[in-house]
Amino acid sequence: MGASEFALFFSVKEAVKGVKVMEWIQQLINGVSLGSIYALIALGYTMVYGIIKLINFAHGDVFMIGGFIGFYAMVRWDMGFIPALLLAMILCAVFGVIIERVAYKRLRNSTRIAALITAIGVSLLIEYTVVFFRGAQPEGYPDLFVEKNITILGVQISKTSILILAVSIVLMLLLQFIVQKTKIGKAMRAVSHDADAARLMGINVDNTISATFAIGSALAGAAGVIFGVYYTKVDPFMGIIPGLKAFVAAVLGGIGIIPGAMVGGMLLGVVETFVSALGFSLWRDAAAFIILILILIFRPEGIFGKNTREKV
Amino acid sequence: MAESNKFKKVGSVFLATSLLAGVLAGCGTGDGKESNSSSGGKSDSDTIKIGANLELSGPVASYGSSIGQGAELAVKEINDAGGIDGKKIELIKVDNKSENAESASQAMKLITQDKVVAMLSPATSGNTIATVQIANENKIPIVGAAATAPNITVNEDGSINEYAFRTCFIDPFQGTVAANFAVDELDAKNVAIFADNASDYAKGLAAAFKETIEEKGGKVVGEEAYVAKDTDFKTTLTRIKASNPDFVFIPGYYEEVGLIIKQARELGIDVPLMGADGWDSPKLVELAGAKALDNTYITNHYSAEDPEEKIQSFVAAFKKEFSDKSPDAFNALGYDSIYFLKDAIERAGSTDGDKIQQALADTKDLTVVTGKFTVDKNHNPVKTATVLEYVDGKQKFNSKVNP
Repeated sequence: MGASEFALFFSVKEAVKGVKVMEWIQQLINGVSLGSIYALIALGYTMVYGIIKLINFAHGDVFMIGGFIGFYAMVRWDMGFIPALLLAMILCAVFGVIIERVAYKRLRNSTRIAALITAIGVSLLIEYTVVFFRGAQPEGYPDLFVEKNITILGVQISKTSILILAVSIVLMLLLQFIVQKTKIGKAMRAVSHDADAARLMGINVDNTISATFAIGSALAGAAGVIFGVYYTKVDPFMGIIPGLKAFVAAVLGGIGIIPGAMVGGMLLGVVETFVSALGFSLWRDAAAFIILILILIFRPEGIFGKNTREKV
Repeated sequence: MAESNKFKKVGSVFLATSLLAGVLAGCGTGDGKESNSSSGGKSDSDTIKIGANLELSGPVASYGSSIGQGAELAVKEINDAGGIDGKKIELIKVDNKSENAESASQAMKLITQDKVVAMLSPATSGNTIATVQIANENKIPIVGAAATAPNITVNEDGSINEYAFRTCFIDPFQGTVAANFAVDELDAKNVAIFADNASDYAKGLAAAFKETIEEKGGKVVGEEAYVAKDTDFKTTLTRIKASNPDFVFIPGYYEEVGLIIKQARELGIDVPLMGADGWDSPKLVELAGAKALDNTYITNHYSAEDPEEKIQSFVAAFKKEFSDKSPDAFNALGYDSIYFLKDAIERAGSTDGDKIQQALADTKDLTVVTGKFTVDKNHNPVKTATVLEYVDGKQKFNSKVNP
């Protein structure tokens, strides 16, 4: 092999490597976008679990309702993205509180399995009510941007990815602020620590639980809208798989722990993306649930969880 | 997703074959016109009875009634021209309610009570399969207008269902056509395949496409799969993009394909994309957006815009008969099925089931609206497919591709 051939060989190799790096950066961006949607849904799961120890399986359907509200707001009522997002969040917050008041409140002192089964029932009720009123056909979201990509250092990044990430980060910061710095946040932390003691301290436990549902549902509603914008399709059953994945994310991070849900969501999104990026796209969903199984076997308290003994 | 699952299960393939959007809404009329089977006064020798076991009600009624309309028009034309050897055709339409069991019992009724000499089978592959055995046992030929699943004419073990025929091409054929089109018309050399791994339809198309591409010297640089109901295709599409294809074949149904096209264009995959009749739905345009659909192609049975004289005269006759409705693929296939039978009965010179069966199997170079066809040894027609191109969100006739 002569010197020039040698040089050529290396430049080709470099180019191939260069393409690879670009591809992986793009995949990382895909993964973070997906992960932030999981994280937003997982937050609602984890907050509700933290406060009343209920896995709210209807949460994925609140996400779906948010997606539809966003769709109708943008297409039928010509609203912009931000007003549509806010509208979806507000209506989903109200919807979440209604679900809590109607379905879960009276079960607060019954067994946890009763509440869990009710949650599944509520989930199916919401899905098929939507199907009844508008059919099962999907709707296509409108385009937000005319020029869809910007190129940064040779990597094409879609503007919607950046938007999703920005919205998620703002919402998560806002949530941290509410939980850590406000009175209602303090009450939420108190109730999740010990509801009876909180009541003795003069905290209105019912209102606090409703507030938790409202905040969690608002986040799910926001996730629904950005999901619609990112993947451009909403349908009445769109909440099932993302809901389950977000549940995995919540468990992965440590259910009941807010930073855990964020990290768990991001991690799951990136892992799923990398599984497909390596060419195992059909294993993507399996990967999420294998993670769930492994976590439950080896670290049931999750990444951020403390190993507390079950109270007797 | 009860509705679409049902579609996929019951008639995976034919769901795909609806040609035009508005058609689904527009062809519900005329369902009630079931011919009365007790055609008392006429003796058997006066008429040639052909049964039509169709979906006239139920979830896929639009397919069945479209075939019925096409068949009616053909029967009318033949009878106006003097019938077959001086005998008029009597079309006996029955409603199988889009159900498997009802399809079977209606087939029995047509054979035993109405004494038909041949039948049009139901529109969907699933319903047609329910009638194949009955046709075989009673030695009455059936012709599927739109039943595209391979196992209608050939069983899993390779044996032929003697009395089953069809007018439409079978699913994998569209993959072959797409490969020919990609190489010959679009000069594709490095192609990628992105197939729905949950449907036999898509897998069959993908396999046929790959085989033909490789035969023609093309290279498959990327082969990826998705599962129906996925929404995130960006990861896999990023992989496909990295393999630098100059053509991507995406067999699947419109619900996922719409998102795939949109996400592919967002990621900067600007090369031609192609699919088959599974794309054919107005929802595709809604989900993908008209702009993303530029430079995409589908194969289909026929196009009403095809300038060929035979097709244009059919379109004109159909519009005259059915208040200006533009005929879709089902209409055309129903129409052709009757002419397919007419041709065979004429050559057989008899209405005996065995003789018609033999004549159908011997059909060669018969020119009908959906193309010139010859029946092969597996009772499938070897015929041309039409390639349509999306321009501004609308299907435009592009070309015809021979097998």
